[in-house]
Amino acid sequence: MTEKTNFVEIRHAQKSFGTLEVLKDISLTVERGQIVGIIGSSGSGKSTLLRAINDLDPLTGGEIWLDGVQVNKQLPHRQYEKHINEMRQHVGMVFQHFNLFPHMTARENVTMAPMLLKKISKEEANKLAEEQLENVGMLERIDYYPSQLSGGQKQRVAIARALAMKPKLMLFDEATSALDPELVEEVNQVMKNLAEQHMTMIIVTHEMDFAASVCDRVLFMDKGVVVEEGPPEVIFKTPTKDRTREFLRKHIEGAK
Amino acid sequence: MDFELMLKVYPFFLEAAWITVLLSILTAILGLTCGALGAAARLSRFAGLRFVGAAYVSVFRGTPALIQLFILYFGGPQIGIQLDAFEAGVIGLGINAGAYMTETIRGAIIAIDKGQREAARTLGLSQWQAMYRIILPQSARLMVRPLGVNINALIKATALVAAISVVELTYTAQRYIGSTYKPFEMFLLAGVLYMIIIYVVGRGIAWLDRKVQIT
Repeated sequence: MTEKTNFVEIRHAQKSFGTLEVLKDISLTVERGQIVGIIGSSGSGKSTLLRAINDLDPLTGGEIWLDGVQVNKQLPHRQYEKHINEMRQHVGMVFQHFNLFPHMTARENVTMAPMLLKKISKEEANKLAEEQLENVGMLERIDYYPSQLSGGQKQRVAIARALAMKPKLMLFDEATSALDPELVEEVNQVMKNLAEQHMTMIIVTHEMDFAASVCDRVLFMDKGVVVEEGPPEVIFKTPTKDRTREFLRKHIEGAK
Repeated sequence: MDFELMLKVYPFFLEAAWITVLLSILTAILGLTCGALGAAARLSRFAGLRFVGAAYVSVFRGTPALIQLFILYFGGPQIGIQLDAFEAGVIGLGINAGAYMTETIRGAIIAIDKGQREAARTLGLSQWQAMYRIILPQSARLMVRPLGVNINALIKATALVAAISVVELTYTAQRYIGSTYKPFEMFLLAGVLYMIIIYVVGRGIAWLDRKVQIT
């Protein structure tokens, strides 16, 4: 396990459902503290790639490495479960539809996993919840149930829940796509704060302005391949590939 | 209508009603146990277990409960299963009710959005932790009402064990008809007692349902 790898390294990722190839030989590295945006139309494979990183959608070929450890190791079922549960504790994930636990308050959503998996005490857990919810501006709603929160508030709690496990890497799967336009900014702000704290993030998004403003690097995916990647100034202003240009033209027109 | 007769025999009916209640409670416990195991089998990652679960449901829902009781009680001794009528009644009805409850419980589990399991698993919870911390507490709310319907049905199904001579409410009514020749009064009395049992249980289920919804 002493092989030199980047912080996140995806090697020849391949994924197919039957005869449908969703990811075709994708390789990608992310350095610690880097923020990578993935853009592309729906069906391009961008969410599948993101979900492969914590093995929510297991790859059918290729390797994923995080901080020197292979995520998708070949192990017998029981050992693999143990390994993947351990790996996932280091990777926070934020979903389009929040997926907060509706039978738990904001506090309980945040403290459940640390209490169960890290065996921290109730006092420590409460302190953690207050700290994490304060960071996302949700401290005053700490004892509210998800059903009592707006979409933007739910997503902020979901981010706090993921951060409470002290992940090394955060994955965002269209975190603002399900929000009313006026609620997008509050979630984006939380993500920007995280960026300032040098959290390593991989962000699948439809929001080009946001990607341009926070990402160090942007990937444009289409039909299971990375068509073009580079700094946002290049991707958004002077893309070299026709497909990228076409996507951006449609997308920016569509937004107007 | 012979009210005098009804008043005279009703203490015996009350006694028989207790047997019906006892039968219902034991059947419900066995049914819930079989239902939980059946649902676990139906949702297992092992194809063999899924098959066993599906076969259990289709066999016991696909044949009359009365035939199942007859096979167990009258046919059982032939293959070395010796049960008294009450035991055969509880086991037969319990396994039968379990088949229906399997589907109820399974339905309530698969009704939970898959994002819930995904969110739990991404935090590092195991399959089992995700199930009992995240999925089951939410499914439980969905289960109470339909399980109440299953329990209502099984209480009424306890009348079938009269056919294998368990001295419960229906059997008692039949016995008193033999000596009084008043089927209207006797069955009416039994019917009223069934209704009371079902009403009380129904209120209990409604209370439980309200309770799980609030928290």
